[in-house]
Amino acid sequence: MSEHVLETKSLGIDFGGLTAVNNLNIYVDAHEIVGLIGPNGAGKTTVFNLLTKVYEPSRGAIYLDGEDIKKLDTVGVNKSGIARTFQNIRLFSNMSVIDNVKVAMNNESNYSFFDSLLHDLKYFNEEKSIEEKALKLLDIFDLKNEKDTLAGSLPYGAQRRLEIARALATSPKVLLLDEPAAGMNPQETEELMNTIRFVRENFDVCILLIEHDMSLVMGICQRIYVLNYGMLLAKGSPDEIKNNKEVIAAYLGE
Amino acid sequence: MSFLSYLLSGLGLGSVYAIVAIGYTMVYGIAKMLNFAHGDIIMVGGYVAFYAFVRFGIPAWISIILSVVVCTILGVTIEKLAYKPLRKASSLSVLITAIGVSYFLENGAQLLFGTDTKIFPSLITEGSLKLFDGQLIISYLNIITIVCCLLIMALLTIFINKTKIGKAMRACAEDKDAAKLMGINVDSTISFTFAIGSGLAAVAAILLCSTYPSLSPTLGSMPGIKAFTAAVFGGIGSIPGALLGGLLLGIIETFTKAYISTQLSDAIVFAVLIIVLLIKPTGLLGKKENVKV
Repeated sequence: MSEHVLETKSLGIDFGGLTAVNNLNIYVDAHEIVGLIGPNGAGKTTVFNLLTKVYEPSRGAIYLDGEDIKKLDTVGVNKSGIARTFQNIRLFSNMSVIDNVKVAMNNESNYSFFDSLLHDLKYFNEEKSIEEKALKLLDIFDLKNEKDTLAGSLPYGAQRRLEIARALATSPKVLLLDEPAAGMNPQETEELMNTIRFVRENFDVCILLIEHDMSLVMGICQRIYVLNYGMLLAKGSPDEIKNNKEVIAAYLGE
Repeated sequence: MSFLSYLLSGLGLGSVYAIVAIGYTMVYGIAKMLNFAHGDIIMVGGYVAFYAFVRFGIPAWISIILSVVVCTILGVTIEKLAYKPLRKASSLSVLITAIGVSYFLENGAQLLFGTDTKIFPSLITEGSLKLFDGQLIISYLNIITIVCCLLIMALLTIFINKTKIGKAMRACAEDKDAAKLMGINVDSTISFTFAIGSGLAAVAAILLCSTYPSLSPTLGSMPGIKAFTAAVFGGIGSIPGALLGGLLLGIIETFTKAYISTQLSDAIVFAVLIIVLLIKPTGLLGKKENVKV
């Protein structure tokens, strides 16, 4: 039907009488990094919640690889290839760093409960490949040395990186990043940009990210959507957005 | 010598409490609900073993397995029918439902099995170990109970920490919504938790009924409450806490019965609970919930 990896058509949701998102048409293509920006309360995180079926859309449709995901629930959406991070970090903070990544690989390991009790060969093989994959991911995000630390006791920037690693562990086609640079200093943001670029180049994944840090958005996104009052205000390349009068007005007030 | 023998029987009783307390604490940790019908699963486990062994003449070990299987299925069924539809309801509604299920099981048992007290057969070995020229007598059952409890704890700890379902359980205990978004099936994880808790309740039933061999439809309520107390005592949601709470409760109860007063023993047990909670509101091994302001 379409070649877009992720696409929404006339997507909308109402909360009681309030229309939080309306008539949203966006798409993300393979290997793209797309930005979703807008003033506070514009409905950006709501869009993520719609894409991951935390909220059921009131109108419109979401397509993943051309397939309508109407019938899927949150778990189903993740299994078919959408993973996300959270604006306020939601790691499993009482679990070790590596267990946070391993638990997200749940879908892959298909050894049963009894295998794990009997500790047979299959269990060891699967567990070994999971361990290897998890370590590889942690290495990319520079977390390998902290693998046995409790996730909750990591420094803030490292927790943000672990959230991305955990989301990637579910082998997604689309990665949704909700303010990945929030609370980071300029140097950490710079490193994060490099990591995101690395992910785009080395994983078969496209990225949709919400961010307030304009240096990051303008630096790594090929295309940008601007959301205001739940509606699409503008779309285009970073340069087009930078010079768009409506966008400037929405951000600075008229 | 009497001190040692009281200690051992206290540990035995405490082991039973601990095994039941795991059911309370795991369900609380993962589903964030108090399953007050958990005690009555013990009763069902006792009756299943009784009927299988005495009425139908099924060998003891098969009767025990049968009891565990029936309780596991019952626990999962109760969760599916009574609690799952209330996943999004307030915790008060779930609590009232659990109390309702508890009465349903007790009254159902009265109807099915009669209200008379039945004598539970000895399913596990009889006899005892005599030490120090017969001054210290330990029943094999007592030893088996303690070993059973420690074995269950060890297996459960490995299971929770090493297997994928165990990790999924820990993830669900921390943040169900984030777990869902990581592709973890929260519903089946909760079902699995109920299955483990109910299966263990059946094990507790066999051990308890072998020690105190009288079977009645309300048999589960008092050990249920005691085990719940043990779970709170140790810190609800914590599995090592359930073990510690259960063992301490069993020892305190046995010692007060032996040295202070049989009638006052329950009062003293609960008084200790109140004092512990006053000093440490999260229980002995409970974690403090950090709420960001």
